[in-house]
Amino acid sequence: MPGQLKEVRNRIGSVQSTQQITKAMKMVSAAKLRRAQDAIIQMRPYAKKLQELLSNIVSSSEGGSEMTLAAERTVEKVLLIVVTSDRGLCGAFNANLIKLAKATIAEKYADQNKKGNVTIWSIGKKGYEHFVKHKYNTEATYKDIFQNLTFENVQVCAQAAIHSFRSKQVDAVEIIYSEFKNAGTQRFVVERFLPIPKVAGKKGGNRADFIFEPAKEQLVAELMPRILNTQLYKVILDSNASEHGARMTAMDKATENANEMLRALKISYNRARQAAITTELTEIVSGAAALQG
Amino acid sequence: MNLEILTPEKKLYSGEVYGVQMPGISGSFEVLEKHAPLVSALKAGNLKILKDKQNNTAQFEVQGGFVEVLRNKVTVLVEGAKQLGE
Repeated sequence: MPGQLKEVRNRIGSVQSTQQITKAMKMVSAAKLRRAQDAIIQMRPYAKKLQELLSNIVSSSEGGSEMTLAAERTVEKVLLIVVTSDRGLCGAFNANLIKLAKATIAEKYADQNKKGNVTIWSIGKKGYEHFVKHKYNTEATYKDIFQNLTFENVQVCAQAAIHSFRSKQVDAVEIIYSEFKNAGTQRFVVERFLPIPKVAGKKGGNRADFIFEPAKEQLVAELMPRILNTQLYKVILDSNASEHGARMTAMDKATENANEMLRALKISYNRARQAAITTELTEIVSGAAALQG
Repeated sequence: MNLEILTPEKKLYSGEVYGVQMPGISGSFEVLEKHAPLVSALKAGNLKILKDKQNNTAQFEVQGGFVEVLRNKVTVLVEGAKQLGE
């Protein structure tokens, strides 16, 4: 009996230390999440102003200007940018993203995939490892963006994607990532990156007679790549925040489960202890009775 | 007039200034009080803020971007910038 007692005690100890780790990880994720959210908020004024600028320009020019970046062509080669995380222990976060990527390939680009014309750029180590293992056409140039998350690094990746589109190495670029809703929910989405979906010039944007320097068409041509840079940057920030959110939830659940387990273990510990005491008592009493008799 | 410098990473500068010199794509130019509405592209170079009529300035090294001038408010959008030493 004392052996069983000790066993239960050991288990309680190990569950407790695991719980401590998950608790700490939750706290760390919460702090990182706050920082990631701040980064999104910091970026917002810039992105908003850029959009405003574009609608100002577009609405004050008559016909929509044709641009190479918005030109639709028959899609033969596809580039998918899949944004996952570098680390695990964040619940089903990476699994869901990978699932979505595979579903997209299977549904939308099955033909292209058969011909081997689907390329995947993985951002984040987890997705990269998976796609390499399953023999997808992967490129790893940008997988380490999360290790040093700056606009400059992201912009390099965006420019590379734009370049491949311009030089007709690919005919469409899609991004698969997880949009940040709040700490508890992520939305896994497929988003068209290139060709640019038609720019809807918002009405009423034309508030003043602007002097354009250089000409409008050239300005738009300058503006487009920058908007794309910002778009990709937003995607990366979003999925960074989502990752921490997902990890926070996962760790919270783990801590809760550990609590549950501890409760059950405590009950069986107390039972075993009680049983040991009872047997001991019975032994003493019966021993004494034997002496007297 | 009011000047704002925005980058994707943060708001870099915000405040009242006397004028600002920028590296336009076809040459450097300066915007002063009550400038007409303007949209222009910027190339990489130095941006100089004239804080007042005295020689009180601040310099930034900026990447390419855009500037919008509207109703005495100048908004500079650049992809990256860092302040140069005084």
